[in-house]
Amino acid sequence: MNFLRQSLTIAAKDLRAELRTKEAIQASLSFALVILLLFSFSFDPSEDEMRALSGGLLWIVFAFAGALILNRTFAREIPNDCLDALVAAPIAGAALFLGKALASFILLFVMELVCFPVFGIFYNIGWTAQFWPLMLVLVLATWGFTVIGTTFSALTVNMRLREIMLPLLVYPLMIPCLLAAIRLTSQLVAGQPLDPEVMVWMRLLVGFNIIFTSLALVLVESVLLG
Amino acid sequence: MREKIIYGMALLAAILLARNLHSTFLVLPDEANQGMIYRIMFFHIPAAWTALLGCAVALVASVMFLITKNFRYDALAVAVTEVGLAFLAVNIVTGSIWGRIIWGIWWTWDARLTSAFACWLLYFGYLMLRGAIDEPTRRATLAAVFSIFAFADVPIVIFSIKWWRTQHPQPVFWGGGSMDSAMWLTTMLNWVALMLVGAVFLLVRLRQEEAQREIDSMRRMVHAI
Repeated sequence: MNFLRQSLTIAAKDLRAELRTKEAIQASLSFALVILLLFSFSFDPSEDEMRALSGGLLWIVFAFAGALILNRTFAREIPNDCLDALVAAPIAGAALFLGKALASFILLFVMELVCFPVFGIFYNIGWTAQFWPLMLVLVLATWGFTVIGTTFSALTVNMRLREIMLPLLVYPLMIPCLLAAIRLTSQLVAGQPLDPEVMVWMRLLVGFNIIFTSLALVLVESVLLG
Repeated sequence: MREKIIYGMALLAAILLARNLHSTFLVLPDEANQGMIYRIMFFHIPAAWTALLGCAVALVASVMFLITKNFRYDALAVAVTEVGLAFLAVNIVTGSIWGRIIWGIWWTWDARLTSAFACWLLYFGYLMLRGAIDEPTRRATLAAVFSIFAFADVPIVIFSIKWWRTQHPQPVFWGGGSMDSAMWLTTMLNWVALMLVGAVFLLVRLRQEEAQREIDSMRRMVHAI
């Protein structure tokens, strides 16, 4: 119980700091819009082709723009030595990690929710036919992205070339999560239900989240103290 | 003593490689469907096994480092990752040459090629990560954490990419393929030879790491004085 309250306190602190500065979410949203614009130059598909491409396009946007949010997760604690204070605070490293992950998750989710209607309008696509299953996929895949991203944000925080190292380490690790998200999103944006054929990807997402959430919670103490 | 072990293993590897090359090119016949080019498999398959074993050893060494904080394990982890990465590169390049002859293309995004490439990038990230951290304890700890993450990811990456698409000939392991016993013997012996080569690389690399650490500690001592 105490653990959960500590995590929520950290998450609330992060979100408050973000709401006041808006630096991560602004950077990430404008970057996402730029990529969506650039995609319109790179190909000119018909509506059906666009639906088939939608999963890949959207998740590449989310992965690129999301890296900007995840980079800030721990980097925002560097000024004034806040990170040292947080590590020294009488809370478990796992609680700190979970709090930061929750805050990043919410920011990523907001960015993705804004991208969907923009994508729908720019590319003339109705994407709401399978709204709730789509939201479920979004939550699961974003959580997988968040867990890996937050771990590596902590890992790279004191590194030179931090902005480059994070995506370099995170994207290859995220391949299973990304493939599942792309396949499921394409299916749902095309208006088809989650049939048994794609349910295997749903299971993969759940398995990925369980494995890496537990791994991150176990190892985060070493990362923070390392 | 250690010197002698390294030379002895290198000699053994050379003899075994000579025997295998002789058997590969002069004794074994062309394969019925693939002709001449199938011979590259005697290096392609053992290289993959050696690389996989390297990943496993890197995992064990990383876990042991996190538990004991003994820098010997860190040296082992980085050495074995570098050697494994080299063998994985051999695997990918030989596979690509084989694909050029049999499929007519250097590269296709089929399941096994893609996952081998993804694993290579994953472990290349490990080396990049090490390069970006100067402080030895921090570098060893963070690299160990990354190695554990990477190893947990490898099977999921392989399975997910396999579901994504499949175009590779059935693998000899856990698949429908089969191999003549003489070819099987040469494959196995070549695996032993490649493992010996890998072990020699590993020992040389370990010695470099130890020397590096000694130099670092001397430098710190000089600064302290």
